[in-house]
Amino acid sequence: MTAGASTAPSVAIGARRAPLPGAWRVGWSRGQVELKAFFRERQSVVFIFAMPAVMLVLLGAIFGKQGAGHGVTIGDLYVAGLIGGGVMATSYQNLGMSIAFERERFTLKRLRGTPMPAAAYFVGKIIQVLVAALAEVAVLLVVGLAFYHLRLPGAAAWWTFAWVFVLGVAACSLLGIAASSVPRSAARNGVAVITFPFVILQFISGVYVPFFLVPAWLRDIASVFPLEWMCRGMRSVFVPQAVALEPGHSWQHGQTALVLSAWIGAGLVLCLTTFHWQNRQDR
Amino acid sequence: MNATGCAVLARGLVKRYGGVAAVSGIDLEIAPGEVFALLGPNGAGKTTTVEILEGYRARDGGEVSVLGTDPQRAGRAWRARIGVVLQLASDAPELTVAEMVGNFAGFYPSPRRPAEVIDLVGLADKARARIHTLSGGQQRRLDVALGLIGGPELLFLDEPTTGFDPAARHAFWDVIRALSGSGVTVLLTTHYLDEAATLADRVAVIRDGVIVAEDRPDDLGGRAAAAAVVSWQDHGGRRSERTAEPTRLVAELAARHGGEVPELTVTRPSLEDVYLELIGGQR
Repeated sequence: MTAGASTAPSVAIGARRAPLPGAWRVGWSRGQVELKAFFRERQSVVFIFAMPAVMLVLLGAIFGKQGAGHGVTIGDLYVAGLIGGGVMATSYQNLGMSIAFERERFTLKRLRGTPMPAAAYFVGKIIQVLVAALAEVAVLLVVGLAFYHLRLPGAAAWWTFAWVFVLGVAACSLLGIAASSVPRSAARNGVAVITFPFVILQFISGVYVPFFLVPAWLRDIASVFPLEWMCRGMRSVFVPQAVALEPGHSWQHGQTALVLSAWIGAGLVLCLTTFHWQNRQDR
Repeated sequence: MNATGCAVLARGLVKRYGGVAAVSGIDLEIAPGEVFALLGPNGAGKTTTVEILEGYRARDGGEVSVLGTDPQRAGRAWRARIGVVLQLASDAPELTVAEMVGNFAGFYPSPRRPAEVIDLVGLADKARARIHTLSGGQQRRLDVALGLIGGPELLFLDEPTTGFDPAARHAFWDVIRALSGSGVTVLLTTHYLDEAATLADRVAVIRDGVIVAEDRPDDLGGRAAAAAVVSWQDHGGRRSERTAEPTRLVAELAARHGGEVPELTVTRPSLEDVYLELIGGQR
């Protein structure tokens, strides 16, 4: 601002020549506010972020000491399973619910009315999901180290963790974005449409119930979806000795990468064809 | 600016929802720097018209040019030149006012200073408050701040003062007058006739998707030329007379009373009277 007396807004024509800010820069700033909004929202932090940690403590306390054979305890399996479930909670469930609410409350519509690049919105969401998911994993590992005899794996296993984590977050985030368009009203049926299928998947994919205890026909259903492969990948990282309990006595890493990549492709197509900045009643 | 020099130009604008016409042939011409108010009952087509001009909705017929561009094909550079204040938007309850306004500033090539805009809408002492702690009127002023942050040439305000207390409304009107004084074009929809009368250079009344009257607020529906009603207190009680020459009648009354006429008033039809007649009594 120049002279203090002037209250005129800066509408100088020359100023219009300034270049539009780029998608990465705007996306980075969106990431900052997304993270602040996420971690300040007590309800989302409790339900999405802290719940897997509490579940791990509870399930571990109830079943943890029981042996599953081959030197594996049920508690070991829960650490890996809840890491898989926690990653999906912070990506799929968190994004699905939050975007559904943002659409319902016209947040998306308002953003669409600004020169914010569309990509910047998603960059912001990716930053928020990655930070929350990594924090989730860290919390679960700390619980695992404190309450169970979890041993942190070596370098090769961390590489496996990295690609399972990245592919899993990508697939579940895209599915979450796609799922956000399904409920007619986020407030009234968001939980039924978005959360309920995720809860079922957690029961049959090796999160709440060790996978080797799940009946074969339910395991077959679970194997269609990404969560089972994420949990399997996490078991291979954190409970490698459990390979003897796995179907086919193998971790099937190639298959895991293939299924998760296929879901990334399908999720991307779903997002590109179904994503809207305005809700159904408002187009 | 387009060839005609209008900020907003619409010719024969038509919009149908499932075969039912919401807007059936609207013409609009708004000059740069003008404050233009659209009045009309709920469902008359105000919001539909404005949302077509904002680029949110596709039209079914007619020609539209906003700042020289068809909103349906406009990109980020065009959005950087407009400001949109939606009728209903509530989001990011856990962010502070300053964080929200600062984030939106980052979307624009040459934004106004966030602190200055927050001050302009009267939220300076709430800059560090979380959005969910604001009153309804304060949240609305935040909406206005978000519409102003980019330094728009054209500002859309959809029922901006709904839910304001009288003091807040007057403060808000001062903001709009200051903007208008600095050359910003304003398109406003409102339910409040006093708001249109005090702010707008021109007013259009929409009914059933067509404009039924358009004029200066003082002239709308032939108000300025309409017969005046002169009323005064006589021995027998209140007397009223409708006349095209109120000055002559007042002079006569003054002569008859030998000075001061008891409880003298001279009134013309109010904007509200004219408006209610134009919309056929429906509200």
